[in-house]
Amino acid sequence: MQFHWWKIAAIALLTYAVVGGLLLPVPELSQLGETIRNLYYHVCMWFSMMILFTVSIVHSVKYLRTGDLNHDIKAESFAGVGTYMGLLGYATGAIWASYTWADPNNPAYASFGSIMREPKLIGAAIALLVYGAYFILRSSVTDMDQRARVSAVYNIFAYAMLFPSIWIIPRLLPSLHPGQEGNPALNFNDIDSRMRMVFYPAVLGWTLLGTWIATLLVRYKQLNEKKWNAHEK
Amino acid sequence: MNGFNQYVALLRKELLLESRQQHTLYGVILYIASTVFVLYLAMSDPDADTWNAQFWITMLFISINAVAKSFLQEPRSRMLYYYSITSPVVFILSKLTYNVILMIVMGIINLLLYTAFMGDVTASFIQFFGISLLGAMGLSLVFTMLAAIASKAMQQASLMAILGFPIIIPQLLLLMRLSKTAFAEIFKDGAPMQLVLLLLALDLLIILMAVILYPFLWKD
Repeated sequence: MQFHWWKIAAIALLTYAVVGGLLLPVPELSQLGETIRNLYYHVCMWFSMMILFTVSIVHSVKYLRTGDLNHDIKAESFAGVGTYMGLLGYATGAIWASYTWADPNNPAYASFGSIMREPKLIGAAIALLVYGAYFILRSSVTDMDQRARVSAVYNIFAYAMLFPSIWIIPRLLPSLHPGQEGNPALNFNDIDSRMRMVFYPAVLGWTLLGTWIATLLVRYKQLNEKKWNAHEK
Repeated sequence: MNGFNQYVALLRKELLLESRQQHTLYGVILYIASTVFVLYLAMSDPDADTWNAQFWITMLFISINAVAKSFLQEPRSRMLYYYSITSPVVFILSKLTYNVILMIVMGIINLLLYTAFMGDVTASFIQFFGISLLGAMGLSLVFTMLAAIASKAMQQASLMAILGFPIIIPQLLLLMRLSKTAFAEIFKDGAPMQLVLLLLALDLLIILMAVILYPFLWKD
């Protein structure tokens, strides 16, 4: 078995993020309380989703440049794990929102509709829909090279359209979500220095874990491919 | 033949084809008329917000229908012929231009029919007219590129909608926001102009992406 230092790093960072995330001191804010610790999990999911999608695009570009099907497999796997991270981001966000936004005393927050209209949620929904469409597109092209090429083109095109929209929409609509005036959690003013000590390692840890899952997927698909090729001969 | 002449020739061919096969054109116009008529029966006296939202939804569906045929109509053999006589960049540019022209015409027809049936609730019709032209342009550009992608797959027409909806949402939101200027909503100084520039920048981005990416789709 090959030795991969970054897999060890992923385990170490995530252990730190989980233990430190639950035990280290956090600023006390009346509305958030201890739920602020969800930042280490919820926001990290979105960060790693974005990073994994970006890796997927890089592989799509590489595929178009080289025509090597391995890049297509990688693009698909990273997009898949990115989508999974996005779903986890929704799940952690839903739990968080149920403690902070869904205030029974405030009618404006009560309905699913009013929460779903949040610009950040719209952006995330668009991202997940785009990748849902990406997988449907893949499954509806039968020829392998054709599928790789068409899906790579859609991947790049959608990504180029997606990112401006993620920056634009939040500035158009009113929001309860933190980080209204820019990129949440990257801004040095809206995250406490004590939290940064856990937050950045956590982002790195979750991204490495996502990469790990994706590499396993890639190897599984490559083996499958090999099996079919042998079968045909 | 140099690139520009090819471009003009291809564009002329599209327009000529349209004037010969008028049934598809009338088909789209009938589609517009029946959509607007159904909306008219479904609700009377919409307020400004509903009016605006409904208008952009009709524009969305019309653009899918009008633009879809541009690639889906081309038989494989004809694509092969284009392949031998012209370059992908010229080809996609001619398609984009043609669809923009088509969609602007359809957008105008839609706007006229829509106001005729639903009444004119805008404060400044000229402004709204301009915005709808801008919107028609953006919609047709995005869906041309998506039609090119979808034409390579099965169940093309429905796939185009699936691929397109998530991508078009931001543009539609921008357009609906911008349309509010025509309903006399007060904006910050320069904000509407900013939105217009943003939409034009998005259009430019789409054209750029189409020029870069289409050559890869073109190879078969």
